[in-house]
Amino acid sequence: MTVREPMPSGGRFSVLGLAPYLVLGLVSLPLIILFGWLLYSSFFSRMEGLTPIGGFTLDNWRFLWNPNSVQQLAGRSIWVLTFNTFIFAISVALLVVLISSMAGYALSRLAFPGRRTFLSGVLILHSFPSVTLLIATFIVLRSIGLFDQLLGVILVKAAFEIPFGVWIMKGFFDTVPWELEMAALVDGAGRIRTWWRVMMPLVKPGILALGLLSFVTGWNEFLLPFIFMPSGSQETLSTLVRSILGEGRFVDYGLLTAVGLYYVAPILVLFVLAQDQLMRIYGGGVKG
Amino acid sequence: MVGQEQAMPSARFSAISGFWRNHGTALFFMLPALVVTLVLFLAPAIITLGLAFTDTATATGLSRWEWIGWANFEQLLRSSFTSIILRNTVFYVSTTLALNIALGLGLAILSVHVREGPGRFFRALWLLPRITPSVVYALMWVWASASPPFGIINQVLAPFGVEPRAWLSTDPWLIVIMINGFVGASFGMIVFTSAIQSIPEDLFRAARVDGASAWQIVRRITLPLLRWPILFVFVYQAMSLLASYEYILLTTDGGPGLYGTEVWSLWAFHTALNSYYGNLQFGLGAAMATVLVLIGIVVSASLLRLFHFGSLVSEPRVEIS
Repeated sequence: MTVREPMPSGGRFSVLGLAPYLVLGLVSLPLIILFGWLLYSSFFSRMEGLTPIGGFTLDNWRFLWNPNSVQQLAGRSIWVLTFNTFIFAISVALLVVLISSMAGYALSRLAFPGRRTFLSGVLILHSFPSVTLLIATFIVLRSIGLFDQLLGVILVKAAFEIPFGVWIMKGFFDTVPWELEMAALVDGAGRIRTWWRVMMPLVKPGILALGLLSFVTGWNEFLLPFIFMPSGSQETLSTLVRSILGEGRFVDYGLLTAVGLYYVAPILVLFVLAQDQLMRIYGGGVKG
Repeated sequence: MVGQEQAMPSARFSAISGFWRNHGTALFFMLPALVVTLVLFLAPAIITLGLAFTDTATATGLSRWEWIGWANFEQLLRSSFTSIILRNTVFYVSTTLALNIALGLGLAILSVHVREGPGRFFRALWLLPRITPSVVYALMWVWASASPPFGIINQVLAPFGVEPRAWLSTDPWLIVIMINGFVGASFGMIVFTSAIQSIPEDLFRAARVDGASAWQIVRRITLPLLRWPILFVFVYQAMSLLASYEYILLTTDGGPGLYGTEVWSLWAFHTALNSYYGNLQFGLGAAMATVLVLIGIVVSASLLRLFHFGSLVSEPRVEIS
């Protein structure tokens, strides 16, 4: 996606003055309030709407050092769940990047039978509703003994992301001039060596963007651990938040927002650092 | 050709080894992607199709299933719930889609036409719902719509004379549509933004010289040039919404009551993977999913044909007529 140079200051409608800002601000108000509240509420023992009841407190954050403060943690440390979530996200990201860049390279550079079929097939698979696949994946995982295990969920999640990743990486390899690769091949380097030593460094922006996106979607994933790891022996943060939320009306919202904020914080930091990459790749299309 | 091969086995051998010499490298690069897509994508898709014609369920035990032909589909046709859920699905997809497109378009046009800094800020802000974990985003809305004295919506709307209520029970659709509409808006926003930014600046300058008002510029230049991106986002989002159920699951879980906000994909999910009654009906759920896939195939095939999908995703098409 080509993004043009920024508009000259003043914009196209300088005549309108503040009106566009006002409309934007007003429409965005619900989001600002929601995210502001998440930040705010975790430091007060009780909130009525946006009004804090009682003084500033760090009591909601006790789950960080006291595993027994959250019933749903069942005595486990939050750090164990964080570690599970991290392992899940990083494994998904590495698998997606490696497999997609291998396939993307072949699809971009090599002529082989079935190339077109694979490209269009993968596109159709990507548009498959995931609920369709989950039912049968349930059975596949049970039959290969990976049901209720983190490894099984990692593989399923990576598989779901790979069709998109293959197309993205193929696009990045397509932009690399053929001469650069030719030079390496003429010098006697094999295809595999050329791919790893010459091509991979040249598509670093693509690797970074895809890796980042896969990490974020892996970190955020809720449905797959929820369905495929029911025993909770390797629980992730998403299912923890869900099980606290699922308590119904007697939810301790101070605690819940603190856990929620703790869970989302790394993503927000990544987003601030790598906004442009994420913005670009989200434009490439994800399920909404 | 066949005769030749039989006459000279060595030629056949060399043809095969030649194939591997030529395509061995390609196979090396493709193998991981092939294995993963075959085992965890294609196989499940085929198994689902097969399951749809069986009575597989946890109640019968996973190993004791039987082929029952079209019985699952017949049951779907006969079920009195089918029409309720179809109506819910159409309502949910169409209203959320309208909100998605309207928000995406409005945000793109406004954020491109203000200064660069604030424009980027607002676009980043609207990406937040999408990058936030679904459970956290859902919890914010559940809390916002809570009954008095806790809910933010009640507190904010009280000065306007809106009766306080537990929004998820009294107006579940409103909340469900807002939740999904706010997430989906960012997709349209990003696609439309880059489309608008690729419109030649001369067109706007010429219009301004001719004395066109801001509204006239949007109406007569921007919107007509966004015809293709809008159509693309429309079809793509319709497909995504048809298959989406995660936020509904996390907020109303298809309620209140029986099937208050249950949509087709959530129905399939509940039937096969998360049943209230404890009996997971894989067969029936697979039949429901198959119906969803059929719709998806029709939509995505027409999408491919209509817009040369791949090129459109990478670079929104702008036509100057």
